[in-house]
Amino acid sequence: MKSILTIENLSKSFTLHNLNKHIRALDRIDLDVKEGEFVGITGKSGSGKSTILKSIYRTYAIKGGDIWYASKKFDRINLAEASERQIVYLRKHEIGCVSQFLNVMPRTTARELVEQAIAEMGSSEDAAMREAEKMLAHFELDEELWDSYPATFSGGEKLRLNIAIAMAKRPRLLLLDEPTASLDNSSKIKVKILIEQLMKEGTTMLGIFHDLEFMKNLCTREYRIQDGKFLPGGNVVS
Amino acid sequence: MNDFESPILSVKNLNKQYGAGCGHCRTGDEERLMKNYCPKCGTVYACRHISFDLYPGEVFGIVGESGSGKSTLMQCLYFDQDVTGGEAYIRTYKNGEVNLFGESSQQKRHIRNHQMGKVYQNPVLGLRMGFSSIGNIAEKLIAAGSRNVGAMEGRGRTLLEHVNIPVRRMKEPPKNFSGGMQQRVQIAKALSNNPPILLLDEVTTGLDLSVQASVLDLIKKLQRQLNISIIIVSHDLGVIRMLADRTMVMLDGRVIEYGLTDQILEDPQHRYTQQLVHSLL
Repeated sequence: MKSILTIENLSKSFTLHNLNKHIRALDRIDLDVKEGEFVGITGKSGSGKSTILKSIYRTYAIKGGDIWYASKKFDRINLAEASERQIVYLRKHEIGCVSQFLNVMPRTTARELVEQAIAEMGSSEDAAMREAEKMLAHFELDEELWDSYPATFSGGEKLRLNIAIAMAKRPRLLLLDEPTASLDNSSKIKVKILIEQLMKEGTTMLGIFHDLEFMKNLCTREYRIQDGKFLPGGNVVS
Repeated sequence: MNDFESPILSVKNLNKQYGAGCGHCRTGDEERLMKNYCPKCGTVYACRHISFDLYPGEVFGIVGESGSGKSTLMQCLYFDQDVTGGEAYIRTYKNGEVNLFGESSQQKRHIRNHQMGKVYQNPVLGLRMGFSSIGNIAEKLIAAGSRNVGAMEGRGRTLLEHVNIPVRRMKEPPKNFSGGMQQRVQIAKALSNNPPILLLDEVTTGLDLSVQASVLDLIKKLQRQLNISIIIVSHDLGVIRMLADRTMVMLDGRVIEYGLTDQILEDPQHRYTQQLVHSLL
């Protein structure tokens, strides 16, 4: 199968000027994700899991190494060197990211948020409206909530909306940054069902989960990370 | 790297200085300056070698402390001030082949009226406070060549409705209005001639929180509906976070950092940006 994401020699450090500190977060990481896979990254907190995802999404500036992504629009592109406008395009159209925090425009209803996400992909207003309702129902968000502001939602509702927004775009690559960290069991199960559906639909995913049990049943391969390096033999097929 | 789209506005090596400079500072050796001025002759280098591109439909943020040159840059772009050096090109003006700063003052007026709209922090600068609100819009329409009173009134109504000013108050002068309303009239005026570029200079500074929210919501709505390109200057990182895809950080007249807005906020590189972002928490 073809690789959708190939990371070579990725290093990342943080220089904190006021504290006069230099923190090494990732040390020459190699990682490969094939189309349709669900790859998990496990490790203690502080080991560099999120840093990998944030580097791919370019929330972090990359200091060394290459992140090759097989884009539909740009063909093979190095995310470490892509222009900011290219990254903006990819975030809108190809690469999604879900974390446990809902980070959306304030004073916008759940329905509008999903509609806007779909409209950004170039759908007509009508089509976006219909598709948004489908997504909200699909993600089992109470109809009463569709026209209210997410700031008033519970943790589980926020997360499901978060995934709905990311999924509405049908990204080719979805990054999951501990999306289930603060959820109760029944919400976790709902998220799990959604992830399984996405896998069936062919979305490639790269995720970090706190809950190892949860992840083990889902992912096709697993990398183990410690102190910014992958453990030897950590690339386990589960 | 970025040839999949072309910028609507390109600014190249823009410089603005106050004062003639002297033998000490003219060498271009920036080490000789104290912050942004020359300790020998007092010349202030307000904008130094500023280059950036603005793309269609994007919101581009500019942050920096007071005195960093943000507003001077905006004034130069809108020809409120003459530049000392540098170039700017707009794709929809003469095919983007002519440096705007080299044009005659007549042409510059034309560019101001057709290619750009600007909203100032202080409404007094952007509006005639004693004229009616619709008259303010008509002024901009007339400047762009409109002569039909009925058409202008229709356009004025549409614009004021767009920015949520009740039409029954359109004949009132902005001096009767609250700060938030004045800002909204300014936005309507700036949009009069459907410019491709909108310059927003600290538009929400000094407004109370709920009014600030309504102005920001309006900007977001306009950007989505009109697909206009916006440069927004603010020292409020919350405003930038909410609106801008890309951001540039200025200090002492220079650009010290460019990046995706979330990268600037979560992984700032420059010492000053780190200080700025950490001040937020």
